[in-house]
Amino acid sequence: MADGATPANSAQGSGETRREFLYLTAGAMTVVGAAGALWPMIDSMNPSADVLALSSTEVDLSPIEEGQSVTITWRGKPVFIRRRTGAEINTAEETPLADLPDPQPDADRVEKPEWLILVGVCTHLGCVPLGQKTGESRGEFGGWFCPCHGSHYDTSGRIRKGPAPKNLEVPPYVFLTDSSIKIG
Amino acid sequence: MSFKSNNKVVQWVEDRLPIISVMHHSIYEYPMPKNLNYLWNFGSLAGFALVTMIVTGIILAMQYTAHVDLAFNSVERIMRDVNNGWLIRYIHMNMASFFFIAVYIHMFRGLYYGSYKAPRELLWQLGVVIFLLMMATAFMGYVLPWGQMSFWGATVITNLFSAIPIVGENIVTWLWGGFSVDNPTLNRFFALHYLLPFIIVAVVMLHLIALHTVSSNNPLGIDMKGPQDSLPMQPYYTIKDLLGVGVFLIAFSVFLFWAPNYMGHPDNYIPANPLSTPAHIVPEWYFLPFYAILRAIPDKLGGVLAMFGAIAVLFILPWLDRSPIRSCKFRPMARIFFWIFLINGLALGYLGGQPAEGVFVIASRIATAYYFFHFLVLMPFILPMIERPRELPSSIHEAVMKS
Repeated sequence: MADGATPANSAQGSGETRREFLYLTAGAMTVVGAAGALWPMIDSMNPSADVLALSSTEVDLSPIEEGQSVTITWRGKPVFIRRRTGAEINTAEETPLADLPDPQPDADRVEKPEWLILVGVCTHLGCVPLGQKTGESRGEFGGWFCPCHGSHYDTSGRIRKGPAPKNLEVPPYVFLTDSSIKIG
Repeated sequence: MSFKSNNKVVQWVEDRLPIISVMHHSIYEYPMPKNLNYLWNFGSLAGFALVTMIVTGIILAMQYTAHVDLAFNSVERIMRDVNNGWLIRYIHMNMASFFFIAVYIHMFRGLYYGSYKAPRELLWQLGVVIFLLMMATAFMGYVLPWGQMSFWGATVITNLFSAIPIVGENIVTWLWGGFSVDNPTLNRFFALHYLLPFIIVAVVMLHLIALHTVSSNNPLGIDMKGPQDSLPMQPYYTIKDLLGVGVFLIAFSVFLFWAPNYMGHPDNYIPANPLSTPAHIVPEWYFLPFYAILRAIPDKLGGVLAMFGAIAVLFILPWLDRSPIRSCKFRPMARIFFWIFLINGLALGYLGGQPAEGVFVIASRIATAYYFFHFLVLMPFILPMIERPRELPSSIHEAVMKS
């Protein structure tokens, strides 16, 4: 139909290659353009500015006694703060790394050994593990126990038994003073 | 399609858009095998349930507010203050379950009578697509009342995607629109819960076009060979389908009026609390077999893959079953294993509702292994070796006359 496809041209082959080249480049530009148009729509589903703005929290640690735990909210998730006892710190530090499914020494998980700060979300499927309140099951390793699918965490929040693949996440935080932190 | 009408308006439309002749052909004179049993009612029952869900859903959407602070109370307002709101919501809740009952029976009927075999492979696969869309729609609908089970169900199911290597966490954040299940999640789930049923309608149309191209299977699993093997849709099967709808509605009414919350979970009448997980999270009953498979595998990614694999295997079923005989009526071994598979499926459903500990875990593993064994080993490899099918009748008419 088009002029370039006359028999003379296609016999030389030049007409066909020119056309193929145009098809290919036009097609490639269409894909790039479609992806460019699609991306803003996909990206609009990512966290928005107002959600991101709520991403840090300050906590006063002074009312928390030794052995006590509190739960605060950060980014809509629970954060566990536990002021660990000497015995809990010792068990956490002395656990051989070979016993851990996700090996990490306790020292890498705390700024100060006394204060263990964790995102209270099970790394399996996102339930909130038990063990914050007195009387709740702390699992076989004295830390936390997730009732949904039976994951046990130790006194450093490390996974010891059950389907969860990773240790409880340590959120980014800094000590503002000796008794207050900023999470996020 | 030799459709002619004496009505001038009808003929005028027909000459420009052949909608009337298509309808006339497909729901009036359409030839159906004359030996269909009552298991063939469940396709039309599923269609009836879909329409009911869309009608009640649109009415509910006029009263519902998709916001984390307002959603729970807006549902309670529907139950207490909106005229007949309790009725419309309970219809929507219970019909979701009855939709799945109809579809599960429809699928098991297809399994028993080999309705997935050539030339009905695409028909079957479109059905599996509908099943997947139904599961996504039902899941998102369950989130909307924003009770404890809504919230934690949404958390657990969206977290399945975090099992994907490398990009899993980013995908989950993208699904949520934040760092946990929250208002953006609820908003998009409402938008999608409203959209997907119409996509289901579109795929149902394709399902029906495919059905009318290859025609219905039947209990004998042999093709119709002429007019003596068939009956027209109207009045024979329209009446039979309507009778089925009547019986279906009686069973439905028992639940609707006497036990509307029987298939739900009481925890969903507690407003969502992101800081406290209910002690025992269970999905709605129709997800339990797949939930049992998820929990049976002691590895996060493995569990997720097994759960999706349990449905993916249905897509390739037409090529896994190598017997040329469709109906289990003539397959003495396949028939036995069909019932074992059905019992195994029910067992998975029971196990999915039990806590993931002790003997339940072991039983879930055995049942999960058997599920895959049935499709991946038994059907393609063992049955062809051990089974001698019985002789097929020469025609539907002959078989009907004999009995």
